[in-house]
Amino acid sequence: MRSLYRYLWLTRALEERLEIIFKQGHVIGGLYRSLGQEATAVGCGYALADGDWIAPSIRDLGGLLARGLDPRDVLRQYTARGTSLCAGKDNTNHFTVPELGILGPISPLGTQLCVLNGVALSFRSRREPNVCLTFQGDGASRTGTSHEGLAMAAALNLPIVVVLEHNRWAFGTPSTAVAAVKDWADVAGAYGVPAVTVDGNDVLQVYDAATQAIARARAGDGMTILVAETYRMLGHAQHDAQRYVPDHELAEWKDHDPVQSFSDYLIEFGFESDSTLDQIRGEVALELDAAADEVLSEGYPAAEEARTRVYGDPSLDAEVPWSRGAVPGYEGLTSGKRGRPAAGLEGA
Amino acid sequence: MENGGTVETTYLGAIREALQEEMRADDTVFMLGEDIGAYGGAFKVTDGFLDEFGPDRVIDTPISEAAIVGAAIGAAHMGLKPVAEMQFIDFIAPAFDMIVNFAAKSRYRTGIGAGLVIRGPCGAGARSGPFHSQSVESYFANVPGLKMIAPARAYDAKGLLRAAIRDPDPVLFFEHKFLYRRIKEQLPVDEEIFVPLGKARTHREGTDLTIVTYGAMVYKSTEAADRISAEDGSEVEVIDLRTLRPLDTDAIVESVKRTGRLLVVHEAPRFGGFAGEITAQVCEEAFEWLDAPIRRVTAIDTPVPYAPTLEDYYLPGEDDIVAAARWLLAY
Ligand SMILES: Cc1ncc(C[n+]2csc(CCOP(=O)(O)OP(=O)(O)O)c2C)c(N)n1
Ligand SMILES: [Mg+2]
Repeated sequence: MRSLYRYLWLTRALEERLEIIFKQGHVIGGLYRSLGQEATAVGCGYALADGDWIAPSIRDLGGLLARGLDPRDVLRQYTARGTSLCAGKDNTNHFTVPELGILGPISPLGTQLCVLNGVALSFRSRREPNVCLTFQGDGASRTGTSHEGLAMAAALNLPIVVVLEHNRWAFGTPSTAVAAVKDWADVAGAYGVPAVTVDGNDVLQVYDAATQAIARARAGDGMTILVAETYRMLGHAQHDAQRYVPDHELAEWKDHDPVQSFSDYLIEFGFESDSTLDQIRGEVALELDAAADEVLSEGYPAAEEARTRVYGDPSLDAEVPWSRGAVPGYEGLTSGKRGRPAAGLEGA
Repeated sequence: MENGGTVETTYLGAIREALQEEMRADDTVFMLGEDIGAYGGAFKVTDGFLDEFGPDRVIDTPISEAAIVGAAIGAAHMGLKPVAEMQFIDFIAPAFDMIVNFAAKSRYRTGIGAGLVIRGPCGAGARSGPFHSQSVESYFANVPGLKMIAPARAYDAKGLLRAAIRDPDPVLFFEHKFLYRRIKEQLPVDEEIFVPLGKARTHREGTDLTIVTYGAMVYKSTEAADRISAEDGSEVEVIDLRTLRPLDTDAIVESVKRTGRLLVVHEAPRFGGFAGEITAQVCEEAFEWLDAPIRRVTAIDTPVPYAPTLEDYYLPGEDDIVAAARWLLAY
């Protein structure tokens, strides 16, 4: 209970820290928050075991922290440090960390489940009892790749849990406008797999349901779709003031904040004292102070690193652009024509 | 049919053997695709594989090319060596996203590579219409991170496919369906056939003009070269690229510097085709050695048409190559 709370709080506090450094100009590019949805990813990530893999969507930071991701690595990603998990070559949560069982997404939505299926296939081929869990937004679930991934996972009976995050929005469009489905658990019928709907803002409910779905997958009984009912409390990204979101909806869901309601629950039923939770929050703040100081002192990658790591063989690194100097065969661009060597001098 | 330590092998048979040998030697190699199991593949490349290797290594998938390539990427991340079959290479289109955005960029972005092979029948000439005849290499030519192979000979099909399976990066392997059963070669029985990626070969030696080509056009170009030799006495060199990416620029430039003339021939349409890239590279590296402008003989810029009259008009023919070569030689 205590560590569940810690991960919930860490997720929120780390995102708040990111927002601060975003406003200070340290973040390169966009910042995507999971405010109000933290319980879904934390509960799922916490339910996984060693050897399992998790594939986050953009609002699933908590699931990665619960799997042991270092907050410094999150800060490094968003600030494009050379030390980041992507060495500064990709942003947000696009890192793959085999040691932690994390498969990063790419921006094109829906693609990652297709890849996670292959991770699950490798478990089957090695007779390993591990499970994969991934998240899909209600918006992302409309893509062709999402359907293909679900169809294949179901057909091959892969050990997969797909968490459908029904947070009511996909960028600037309500999910009611882009999906005719009313009860999102219905989508599972098309693939012949079971669905379980949970209150995505109740971390214990999420954790319980995820634990069962994971156990089912581990037992060889295949995919489960977990529908998490939740709400995106901020705009799509930092740049979006979400003026299109009705105030009354935000107010209703604010009363159902996953972090606040879990701490209320812990105190009300005597699991933890207010001072213990306070202490956790204090520790997290100190950890994040130190993390931010450290990461902000680190630099961007060296410019020429842009050429490297395209292929496994370093001799295939991209060529230095000829306009930047090293031109094979040309001593200087100012010298004009090379001239064709006289016959017989070729190869001299 | 053994004959002095060799055995007659078709282009298709060579591909089959490469797959079998790699799967026998390394149990992390597995295949996935449509109808490759019990049916044995649309062209019977994997006939009997299900019995030999079992359903965990010869996986029949739903008709979902994106999911097939996606699963190959994930399995590759985990250290397996997947070979994904596209029933026809035209159907690689639904997997475009997975290939260019996921597989090709994976190592660069994350440091974790995606060593996988996507193979399938390409090419026209079989009267199969716009969706079973395409040459798709140029769709992928502008994507760093991919490798591409287009063998012309059975020997190279076998040796390059084996190399592709062992390669740490994503490889697209284009099998020309017109060559599947038409090309028969005597392949050595006791020799390990293994051809490293990235090396062109000289299919026909010559001194007066270089033709750079690949796939089925190697044969048409060679027929054209033989005709010119017989009728005009000029000797045309034919370079078979074998690997399209990484491109063996050195071999092309070396030949052009000897002959002073370059003709690029390919079956894919003209605009944005490989010939454009090859032309640019030779202009950069060997401009002063050229005695004539570089010319291209390619398909016309249309979809691949169906009727025999139309398809024959669409494709570069021996006459086209001869005419272009004569123009260059006379320049
Ligand atoms: C294939 C594709 N199309 C468009 C986008 C741009 N885009 C990024 S996030 C997003 C909305 C996603 O909504 P949802 O999946 O519900 O996730 P949420 O933001 O609600 O967590 C869109 C349209 C994309 N990333 N990928
Ligand atoms: Mg959404």
